[in-house]
Amino acid sequence: MFSQVQTVSVLGSLALLLVILELVRKGRLAEEFSLLWILTAGVLLLLSLWRGVLDLLAAALGIFYPPSALFLVGFGFVLLLILHFSIIVSRLSRQNRELAQALALLRTEIEEAKEEK
Amino acid sequence: MSGRGKGIVVLVPAFNEEETVGRVVREVYEALPEAAVVVLNDGSADRTGQEARRAGARVVDLPVNLGIGAAMQTGYRYAAARGFRAAVQVDGDGQHIPSEIPVLLGALEEGADLAVGSRFLDRGSYRAPALRRLGIVFFGAVVTLLTGKRFRDTTSGFRAANRRVIEFFARHYPSDYPEPEAILLLCRAGFHVREVAARLRERGGGHSSITALRGLFYIFKVFLALVMGTVRRPPRAEE
Repeated sequence: MFSQVQTVSVLGSLALLLVILELVRKGRLAEEFSLLWILTAGVLLLLSLWRGVLDLLAAALGIFYPPSALFLVGFGFVLLLILHFSIIVSRLSRQNRELAQALALLRTEIEEAKEEK
Repeated sequence: MSGRGKGIVVLVPAFNEEETVGRVVREVYEALPEAAVVVLNDGSADRTGQEARRAGARVVDLPVNLGIGAAMQTGYRYAAARGFRAAVQVDGDGQHIPSEIPVLLGALEEGADLAVGSRFLDRGSYRAPALRRLGIVFFGAVVTLLTGKRFRDTTSGFRAANRRVIEFFARHYPSDYPEPEAILLLCRAGFHVREVAARLRERGGGHSSITALRGLFYIFKVFLALVMGTVRRPPRAEE
C-alpha cells in the first residue's frame, strides 16, 4: 500500500517527467539541456516508487523519516541544475559580448569604407 | 583593413557622457594633432555618439551596454586590426588631461609595454573621494602582493599601450572593472608595466560608474578575479 506522502511524491515526479518530455517533444526545451532534468525527475520517481532504496539511504544517513531523504536528493539535484544554468549563462554572456563587439567593429568598418569612396 | 593608421590611436570609452565627450575629443586633437581618436560609445542612451562625431572622432557604437572592460577591448580590437603602434586610453568623462599623454608615450619609448598614469606619484593635487581612495590603496596593495612589483594606482584608466600589448588586449581583456586585473594579466604574461606620474582633475560632468553601493561588489569581484588570475595559467603573449 502506498502511503499518502509516497502517492504525492510518485505523482509529483511522474508529472515532472512528463512535463519535461512534453517540452522536449514540442521543441521548447533543447535536448542537451533536458538531460539533467530527465535525470532529476527519473531519480525522484525511482526513489518514490522503490521504498526499499529510500529507506536504506535514509538509514545510512541517519535520517529518521525516509521521505526527508527524498527532499535531500531533490535539493541536491536542484543545486546541480542551478549551477549548470550559471555555467550556461556565463558562456552566453561571453558569446554575447563577442558578438556585440564584432557587430560594432563591422559597422565602423562600413562607415569608414563609405567615407573613403 | 585600411591602409592608414599605423600611428597612435586614442581610445575614449564613454557611457552617457554627452556633456564632456566632445571636449575630451577636442582636447586630445589639440594635444596630439596627428593621433586618431576613437570613441567607444558603450550603448549610451544620450547624445554621446553625436557629440563625439561632431568633435571629429571616429565612433564605435556598441549596440548594447557591455561595461567598460568589453568596451575597452573593442577599442583594442580596432587598434589591433588597423595596425596602430600605440594606443592611449582616455576616459570620456574628462578626468584625464590629454596634454599629459606625451608623458605616457614617453614611458613606452623608454621600454615600458604599458604605462599607467598614476595619481599619486608627486605631480598635481588630485584628491579622490574617500571610498575611491580606499579602493585604490586596497587594490594597489593586492596587485603589489600578487605581482611582487610596487604599484600605487592600479585603478587608473589613463594608460598607454604598445603594439604587443594592443595585440594581447585584443585577445585577453577583463570585463566589468578591468583596470587592476589588466595590470596583473600583463605582469603574469611577462610584460613590463610602469607607473608614471600624471595630473588628473575632478570629473567634468556625469558621475562615476562606481556608486557607493556597488563599491562592495566591485571590491569583491576584482579581488576574486585577481586571486583567480594568479591561480590559473597565464595567457601567453604571442609573437
